[in-house]
Amino acid sequence: MDSREKILAAVQANQPITVVLPDISIFETASKGSLLKFASALKGVGGEISYVSGYEEILRLVLALHGENVRIVSPVAGLMKLCSDNLIGTTSAHDLQNVEVAILNAHFGVAENGAVWITEPDMYYRALPFITQHLAVIINADALVPTMHQAYEFISKTTYNFGAFIAGPSKTADIEQSLVVGAHGPRSMMVFILNNNKLGGQD
Amino acid sequence: MKPSTKDHAELSQEFNRDEERVNWHDETLWFIREKRDKAAHSLPEWENLREAASQIKNNVLSDLHHYLLQFEKNAIANGVTVHWAADAAEHNRIVHKLLKEANVVRMVKSKSMLTEECGLNEYLAKNGIEVIDSDLGERIVQLAEEPPSHIVLPCIHKKKEEIGELFHKHLGIEAGISDPQFLTETARYHLRQVFLNRRVALTGVNFAIAETGEFVVCTNEGNADMGAHLADVHIASMGIEKLIPERMHLGVFLRLLTRSATGQPITTYSSHFKKPRPGAQMHIILVDNGRTVQLGRKDFRNSLKCIRCAACLNTCPVYRRSGGHSYHTAIAGPIGSILAPNLDMKQYADLPFASTLCGSCSNVCPVKIDIHEQLYKWRQVLVKEGYSPVGKKAGMQLMTWTLSSPGLYHIAGKAGRWVLKHAPFLVNNKLNPWFKHRDMPVPEEWSFSEWYKQNRNSKDRH
Repeated sequence: MDSREKILAAVQANQPITVVLPDISIFETASKGSLLKFASALKGVGGEISYVSGYEEILRLVLALHGENVRIVSPVAGLMKLCSDNLIGTTSAHDLQNVEVAILNAHFGVAENGAVWITEPDMYYRALPFITQHLAVIINADALVPTMHQAYEFISKTTYNFGAFIAGPSKTADIEQSLVVGAHGPRSMMVFILNNNKLGGQD
Repeated sequence: MKPSTKDHAELSQEFNRDEERVNWHDETLWFIREKRDKAAHSLPEWENLREAASQIKNNVLSDLHHYLLQFEKNAIANGVTVHWAADAAEHNRIVHKLLKEANVVRMVKSKSMLTEECGLNEYLAKNGIEVIDSDLGERIVQLAEEPPSHIVLPCIHKKKEEIGELFHKHLGIEAGISDPQFLTETARYHLRQVFLNRRVALTGVNFAIAETGEFVVCTNEGNADMGAHLADVHIASMGIEKLIPERMHLGVFLRLLTRSATGQPITTYSSHFKKPRPGAQMHIILVDNGRTVQLGRKDFRNSLKCIRCAACLNTCPVYRRSGGHSYHTAIAGPIGSILAPNLDMKQYADLPFASTLCGSCSNVCPVKIDIHEQLYKWRQVLVKEGYSPVGKKAGMQLMTWTLSSPGLYHIAGKAGRWVLKHAPFLVNNKLNPWFKHRDMPVPEEWSFSEWYKQNRNSKDRH
């Protein structure tokens, strides 16, 4: 008997009588994600928020923050050509090691924890949101869910090969519990909110 | 982890030599416990979440056979290779085989308590393979040639000055630097070169979803992602109990995990790995290593519900003052003390006794494991099986003998009071474990029965 058979047989012999799954619909809510709560949660996890009118403004703000002499990349259709590097010469994830800023689209944000959901097609390479020195993410003002339960409801209607919730910059408190931002991944995370005006202000 | 020849009490004594450090350790972990409380109290539905998580895990354990098959089928359909390891040795051999197939002698690894449990690093080192741990805390203890002392905060027992000294010795920084920002930046630079130059990366698994065949890895540093996305081969090692039925159940667990662990609302990265990148390989190793045995122990199977948040460590009055290394097993603290005896009753017979049974661990557990009750039950099993510590056994026998004889009891009481009064040096010495860190009580003049005998007939009664 190989290990697979052995383990499965032992599990079958030792598992108790089946108990049913609980009803988790009690965590459902009809309310939408609040932008105010999202902004506050994002701040709490070390991220920043900026309300913008469009791609030109995003690029202007990124350049003002990081300067013109650094590698800024974006796979977002409306931004790709505007960036200092259009990613066309990039043939492997390792080529991304000198990226200073990556500007990516995210599907939605989660109001309770400041996380955004990004999937592989929006990352260009899976490594990009992690290897970049600074991460910028774009979401629509109405693309917010209140909690992780609604986040997974949204996700259940989609498919992906790789996806990640990202909440703020990379961080660690491994040395004497002192919080240090910029462990292995981005040293900062900016979330740009598009079309906020159309929704009538900030919440 | 190398087996220790010392027990929990002896190892705690070593940790307690530096009183200032023990106080710092105690206060720091309590601070994390307080952050957990704040996060938990911010959600009115917290108790409902704990109950849901507990019930989901109960369902998983009761239908694990089905979920394992479902997960395997879906993972294979996703293009992932699934391996099964009956024990630690087989797990290590599988990893070694994959490294040989990739023709590499170096690997980068993110946090995985399972690989600590299996002694993977030591095994691979013996076979000429260099493993670099990429979690900052794990890298620090690796440089110090120590095991992690905490499952979430591996180097919580270390002071920043000691870390500066390690980095001076191994990473070439100037001597005398202890600024956490500078030290983290040093590690970032050093590990970036590692991430960029390793073709095989191993990660742990926080949750694996039977419904979709995907698995989720949670980190704050981003080290699991840096390793996995820059390597050609991603190996993910997981215990078979890490399965959950459906993706929507992640909503419950991800809301509980980090709030319980550090008080954060979620980890910085919650990465969902479903299919390998085009041209890359993804392997999952499903490890038993005693889990099916624990599944069959009615009183202890609940320990398999653990999601490794470490809330029970942070709240434990014993853990906070004895340090993680005193548990001489990969997973320290209350949860480790109910997992370890399953693997080896003799070697870990001391651990279920390393508790006050105050119940704080069970109260903070996000999946409602009855930890303190299991500690109590393990004590009974261990004594019955003949594994109780020799000193404790002799003492208990002496007590049974004394308490079952009223005459002996009176003589013993009298003798005790006489010694405390006339010859305190007989008990106020190192041979008496109770005297460590405590003063002996002032003896009463007489016992209650002596007093009663004299006063029963007294006419001066009020």
